[in-house]
Amino acid sequence: MCTVCGCGQGETKIEGGPEHAHAPGGFSYAPHHHHHHGPEHAHAPGLPPGRMVQIEQDILAKNNAYAGANRKQWRERGLFAINLVSSPGSGKTTLLVESIGRLAGRHPLAVIEGDQQTSNDAERIRATGAQAIQVNTGKGCHLDAHMVGHAFERLDLQGGLLLIENVGNLVCPAEFDLGEAHKVVILSVTEGEDKPLKYPNMFAASDLMLLTKTDLLPHLTFDVARCIEYARRVNPKIEVLQVSAKSGEGMDGWLAWLERGVVGAGLPAISA
Amino acid sequence: MHEMSLAEGVLQIIEDHAAKAGFSRVKTVWLEIGALSGVETEAMRFCFDAVTRGSVAEGAALEIVATPGSSWCMQCGVSVPVAERYDPCPRCGGYQLQVQGGTEMRVKELEVE
Repeated sequence: MCTVCGCGQGETKIEGGPEHAHAPGGFSYAPHHHHHHGPEHAHAPGLPPGRMVQIEQDILAKNNAYAGANRKQWRERGLFAINLVSSPGSGKTTLLVESIGRLAGRHPLAVIEGDQQTSNDAERIRATGAQAIQVNTGKGCHLDAHMVGHAFERLDLQGGLLLIENVGNLVCPAEFDLGEAHKVVILSVTEGEDKPLKYPNMFAASDLMLLTKTDLLPHLTFDVARCIEYARRVNPKIEVLQVSAKSGEGMDGWLAWLERGVVGAGLPAISA
Repeated sequence: MHEMSLAEGVLQIIEDHAAKAGFSRVKTVWLEIGALSGVETEAMRFCFDAVTRGSVAEGAALEIVATPGSSWCMQCGVSVPVAERYDPCPRCGGYQLQVQGGTEMRVKELEVE
């Protein structure tokens, strides 16, 4: 059992540690049984009414409390933390590998990699020389603030940049604050330009949209202007940058955005 | 399928209150779920049944109170109803909207014994 938060065994695994849980495990998909869903405050006929207990509590309160603790800790360490979200296959890891190479040791940094299974992505990051820790969510479809907090315990990072690569999924990670300064949504131009409309919550939750793989635009019918217009329909304030990790186009703008965040988080860049 | 995590969150809140308020069975759970919250209510019901099995809330009726979406239109300077995040302002047709209401995901009330 985890001594920090009392969590038991579950599906989540963090590299380098005992299997670690966050979700109460052990439910099963038994056949769905239907309840009577009566009108509000209806009682079963003939039975005395039960006692009412006022709750008025946010369902995500627990996650948000962990996220708040992460945010506080990262602020105290002068860290700029971002939560990268996208569909599977948008090129998140390739973009990170290329970005880390170009940052060339100018800032301390570390990566938390979320995937349901395998440590392939963390290994790709570590091949650049950067620290990385893999979180496998098992059946889980998103990282939550609790598992990220535990993953962070295994990193040695004071100041600089914490890059959290979420599970590839444009739905669930939108709801879970990890304590990051910004969610950054990555959309590759090989996907549909209407994804901001199809998955509006994610684009609404993000402060920056990175359009990636732009070197492929000449071969595609992807309408960049329309995609940006759709993103701004769901989030009028979203910033947009276009990048190609392959050709390098737009990488300077993206790295400048990251570096502004790192400087803003309170620690000056380490001179190269 | 983040409804599974949300249902686990609901159960956690119920169990915390069961310990504090001293009840052993929950008959009804009222949730407030906003139209813009990204929660699929049928998935929520399914997951709620799955995660509450064997708990104080096993067999409890789940009442979901839907709250409507609303946004502030920066062009009109008024609050307007919206059904989806990508809806335009019903007055001016623009998209300069800031969501105000309809993102709630709350446990409101329990009927217990």
